[in-house]
Amino acid sequence: MKGYILKRLLSLIPVLMVVSVVVFLIIHMTPGDPASVILGPEASPREVAELREQLGLNLPLYQQFANWFIGIVQGDLGYSYFMSESVLEAFVSHLGPTFSLAVLAQVFAIILAIPLGVIAARRRGSVVDQSFMGLSLVGISVPSFLLGLFLILLFAVELKWLPVAGYKPLSNGVFLHLRYLVLPAIALGAMQAALIARMTRSSMLDILNANYIKTARSKGVKEKMIVYKHALRNAFIPILTVIGQTFGTLVAGAAVVETVFNIPGIGQLIVNSVERRDFAVIQGTIMLVAISYVMINLIIDLLYGVIDPRVRLSRK
Amino acid sequence: MQPSPVNQELELLTVKHHIKKERRELLFRRFFSNKLALTGCIIISFILLFTLVGPLLTSHDPYELDAKKRLIAPGAEYLFGTDNYGRDLLSRVVHGAKVSIGVGFSVALITSIFGMMIGLYAAYFRSLDNILMRVCDGLMAFPAILLAIAIMAALGPRVENVIIALSIVFTPYVARTVRSAALVIKEQTYIEALRSQGASSLRIIWSNIAPNVISPLVVQATFIFADSIITEAALSFLGAGIPAPAPSWGNLLYDGKMVIFNAWWMTVFPGVAIMLTVLGLNLFGDGLRDLLDPHNNKAKK
Amino acid sequence: MQEKLLELKNLKTHFQTERGVVTAVNGVSFTVHSGETVGVVGESGCGKSVTAESILRLLDEKSTRYEGEILYKGKNLLDFSISKMQEIRGNDISMIFQDPMSSLNPVYSVGNQIVESILLHQKCSKKEAYSRAIEMLRLTGIPSPEKRVHEYPHELSGGMRQRVMIAMALSCQPRLLIADEPTTALDVTTQAQILDLINELKLSYNMGTVMITHDLGVVAEVCTRVVVMYLGQVIEEANVEMLFKSPCHPYTRGLLKSIPKLTGDRLEKLHVIEGKVPTLHQVPKGCRFAPRCEFASQKCIEQMPELIEEESGHKVRCWHFKEIIGTGEGHYVNTSS
Repeated sequence: MKGYILKRLLSLIPVLMVVSVVVFLIIHMTPGDPASVILGPEASPREVAELREQLGLNLPLYQQFANWFIGIVQGDLGYSYFMSESVLEAFVSHLGPTFSLAVLAQVFAIILAIPLGVIAARRRGSVVDQSFMGLSLVGISVPSFLLGLFLILLFAVELKWLPVAGYKPLSNGVFLHLRYLVLPAIALGAMQAALIARMTRSSMLDILNANYIKTARSKGVKEKMIVYKHALRNAFIPILTVIGQTFGTLVAGAAVVETVFNIPGIGQLIVNSVERRDFAVIQGTIMLVAISYVMINLIIDLLYGVIDPRVRLSRK
Repeated sequence: MQPSPVNQELELLTVKHHIKKERRELLFRRFFSNKLALTGCIIISFILLFTLVGPLLTSHDPYELDAKKRLIAPGAEYLFGTDNYGRDLLSRVVHGAKVSIGVGFSVALITSIFGMMIGLYAAYFRSLDNILMRVCDGLMAFPAILLAIAIMAALGPRVENVIIALSIVFTPYVARTVRSAALVIKEQTYIEALRSQGASSLRIIWSNIAPNVISPLVVQATFIFADSIITEAALSFLGAGIPAPAPSWGNLLYDGKMVIFNAWWMTVFPGVAIMLTVLGLNLFGDGLRDLLDPHNNKAKK
Repeated sequence: MQEKLLELKNLKTHFQTERGVVTAVNGVSFTVHSGETVGVVGESGCGKSVTAESILRLLDEKSTRYEGEILYKGKNLLDFSISKMQEIRGNDISMIFQDPMSSLNPVYSVGNQIVESILLHQKCSKKEAYSRAIEMLRLTGIPSPEKRVHEYPHELSGGMRQRVMIAMALSCQPRLLIADEPTTALDVTTQAQILDLINELKLSYNMGTVMITHDLGVVAEVCTRVVVMYLGQVIEEANVEMLFKSPCHPYTRGLLKSIPKLTGDRLEKLHVIEGKVPTLHQVPKGCRFAPRCEFASQKCIEQMPELIEEESGHKVRCWHFKEIIGTGEGHYVNTSS
């Protein structure tokens, strides 16, 4: 198992190399001189030249990359002149709300989706199954920010049950924290829920036809136990894969949903930086998001072993 | 009497022709018995019809400002109401459809072409495979929308740039699909036979492997189409996509959010348009996948 | 006389399929006494496995309809509620399946799976259940069961897994064991060991056993009585000696002739029963075997023969079996034309 973890970690190196190259190149995709783009049209040539010097833009490209890459490895992601703090500080100070939102959305999605998928699988072809699956298709087709807007219209503008937008940190009390996060979390988690429900259903359908399910039935195991003890655990690996693969999408979706609900998280940081053309923050932030995305997938991969003993063995 | 070789060949041709015809008919029948694909098709046709007929329903220009007619609720004069600048929402949604669907379609097309080339060459040449797939892995490590935002930040908000950004983001997904389909074909005996007969790599790739990856490619392209529409809308909604005043669905929602307390119609109509289009495409893609992939079909039953 | 455990009376199992209702088991009757092994023999698709699963009502309840009676100790299992069936399964009647590779749940240890069965039906602590599981594993000849009990199915060989299946099936000392091709997926030496094991345990527990198989060798080795099935019907039933000595039905005779012999003229070609088993969607109107039977007459094509008791304990479903026997072993002369 240790060897396996090491191998997986090593396989991350090329991926992270490519990620850093892409992030590095983004600033060089700007038509014209990045320094004058950052400073805007009113900047004087002297200011531009100064910034070029500061950003190291006069160096050859490979040297710029080397500097940038060494910086990342040392945890230096650059400095934001607009916010007068390092990119890492900016990232960390915006992390809380995004983390809360993403976790809440994920929990909401899992709690809703797995039972729905299981029920749909058990009643395959029934009206219940068809309506659940129809609903999940709609769920996949509504982008999170749009669902957010619809939810605001219904629950905040029309019914006035919940606040339209804003954010209260956990230090203001759990209830207030959740009250502000309910709508964003539903908006964000809905697509996730739809994807998980569909995977749960198809995975359960496969497993419920397996021979060992028949064996369990022949032992006199009760239907509920067959579904939840014997089938679900086996069906869980593809479900977990979907959860892992889409968690990155969830974090990214959080960026957009945060804008809808005015939540001061990573998403807003990025959107504001785009408006300000604060490239250091844009680069640093998406670098960090990509790294965490890769890390989450690694953790999910390692979780397989916990669920399925066969994986554990083949990796010894 | 022995049949002459010419006759035999003729017979073979008729049989082949017959089989082809039967297959086409079967696919046709299955298409109509496939509720998913059919529903998707109907929804997409409806949206396209709406885009074509829409301009006839309204005499207003999508860019015509009129301060006196700000935020009029939907009614006889303005079927979808007006926006905060007094522009006719119906005509803006119709024009938005052209922009949004246009962007989605362009991205689907471009990613199909590049994804197919990358996928095929990666599958065929092992040395290339490693490099290309590592690059794809790297690009796929970014959540789609964030990468698109970053690229847009660099390129600046223009329609062409949206298409470029989304194409960069989605090409790796197509390439992966094509590659895995092509790898299966490549291992088959007849490809080995062709190679031993001295057929050139280029010929094997384009005339023997390529036709076999079309089905998964088309399915994937349909989903990319839908994803592009969503991502474009999100980009524009965040102010990093199609620049105002051009009416893309994302832009309309951006305007709608400003006045969400006073004008529900500015959120609902463009929102429903996005939802229906994406739903139609997803249904169509799902149905298509069932149609083209008998294994998957079986598994679902 | 041993106690009468199981009695199938005119059992019919209908499936609802996309192409209409299919009757996979059509009027099957036979009896199993304690201490006796009844073989159910036939080609794949003849309904033998469906018969086995029907006894425990394991088939999908939504698309399956049963008719007739399945009497266990005189009570009809078809009248039982689901929860009452669950009490019967694994406790009174157990089942072993064909493929030990896929019949054990891969994510639970074998001990866990045996213990589950014990805890379901017996009042005892988890610890007691574990020691019982170990004892059962030892009984089935698994070396160092204390260690094996914590292993997962994929860590065991096919033969070992089948032993685990047997240990699990017998953990609550059922009165009746249904073995559905228990040796088909195993190699020949393992086959013999597993058959011996089942036989041994049957004797020590005085169980009744239903042995579903397509292998007449297995029948000869372990069965006391044999039921031959073809397309959902019983076409011949006899005790083993009778069946092997004087088979009546042309299908049974064909089956027996298709066993390779180790002695005698080995240059003789193996007998092949011509034709294929028709699908259940197109069952012949008359005798179901008629389309493949070299003795078929007009009567066979038009009228279905009944299962009649030819002599005590020997039943056969054929219009012409007397004439066919008259033609003698090995010389099948077409009498109908």
